[in-house]
Amino acid sequence: MATAALDPAARQAALYEFLLRIGDNVLILGHRVSEWCGHSPVLEEDIALANTALDLIGQTQLWLGLAGEVEGKGRSADDIAYLRDGYAFRNLLLVERPNGDFGKTLMRQFLFDAWHYLLLKALKGSSDARIAEIAEKAFKEVSYHLDRSRDLVIRLGDGTAESHRRMQAALDDLWPFTGEMFMSDAMDGELVEAGIIPAPQSLKAGWDEIVAEALAEGTLKKPADGYMHKGGRRGVHTEHLGYILSELQFLQRAYPGATW
Amino acid sequence: MDPALRPSVDEVWHWLSEVPDPEIPVISLTDLGIIRDVAWQGDTLVVTVTPTYSGCPATTVINLDIETALRDKGLSRVRLERQLSPAWTTDWISAGGREKLKAYGIAPPVDGTAADGVLMKRIDRLSGRSNLTIACPRCGSTNTEKISQFGSTPCKASYRCTDCLEPFDYFKCI
Repeated sequence: MATAALDPAARQAALYEFLLRIGDNVLILGHRVSEWCGHSPVLEEDIALANTALDLIGQTQLWLGLAGEVEGKGRSADDIAYLRDGYAFRNLLLVERPNGDFGKTLMRQFLFDAWHYLLLKALKGSSDARIAEIAEKAFKEVSYHLDRSRDLVIRLGDGTAESHRRMQAALDDLWPFTGEMFMSDAMDGELVEAGIIPAPQSLKAGWDEIVAEALAEGTLKKPADGYMHKGGRRGVHTEHLGYILSELQFLQRAYPGATW
Repeated sequence: MDPALRPSVDEVWHWLSEVPDPEIPVISLTDLGIIRDVAWQGDTLVVTVTPTYSGCPATTVINLDIETALRDKGLSRVRLERQLSPAWTTDWISAGGREKLKAYGIAPPVDGTAADGVLMKRIDRLSGRSNLTIACPRCGSTNTEKISQFGSTPCKASYRCTDCLEPFDYFKCI
């Protein structure tokens, strides 16, 4: 196999990078979604959003916990979440987009959930048992997330003229941030060859199908694929990440090691 | 601990069956099916626990409760290990646990209702009805409707009985 040439240090670095990518996605989206707590249009949705955020933060503990283990420098999930600067974050730009209105939050969730669902499904078969077992756990939770976000995208798309207008605007606005999910680099390539992760572009067909079906049912028009923003996966972020981190990390930065 | 004085693994299982779930105190940790193994490793008792949901805030409390219960029984060397795979499923909730949930007002999980990322039929979705019946834990009617797949804790969904009109929690399948 081609991977025989890969030295252990390079493998470890690639694995650490991948774990940051997936861990930072759920950390940043979990934080974003938690901003809704107490502000949703109806109680049931407030609870659903808080539950979704909770699942994502729980998954963050698992992914970043494993990242710390792989890194081997004794860092915990908390150390990695609270004590890195923006350039060290590896999340997709999509998840750091501001919440906007309720429709935009749901559209972002749906576009992410469809991808997250397919990614975890593939990772359940990872050749790295530690990754496979986290994926197995998270997949069950994310199946519920996708059921809900898809249902609401359809309902609101095919709802009133106002809800339809908002969902279409959200879709048009977020679409240029979806391409990054399927881009890959040399780091991915090494792990793909070793059977640890699926090739990012291999998830595209399944994602297109889930998205196209829901948009059609929700009477929403799929935007044309034009320019796609990228950078998050290698640490180049939009200005929004800084604001998230200033809130997320404030306590541990101002009072290092604080516990309660 | 003197090996002769060590409690048997069965005895430890029995003690754990008396430790209540912190969120739903009518059922025990063994009813919930989250204790995966109890074993002696040298003079240390190792209890293997699996989380229900990865972000469930009760997990830390559960670990603390297990340790406290065992220390109260005189065990000083206890180690808890987390096991993720196989991932916890509501299928592991005991028959007794299901009865206790129902008596407490929480509809127990109905097999085959777990989300699989594939939506139920449109008609079911629009009517809020599931093609599988979830009985109202108060009046027993099966004329119930789903309000939300999410509820007061990560493990529950919100339902309403269309006969007695009471809202109720459903322990959703995972």
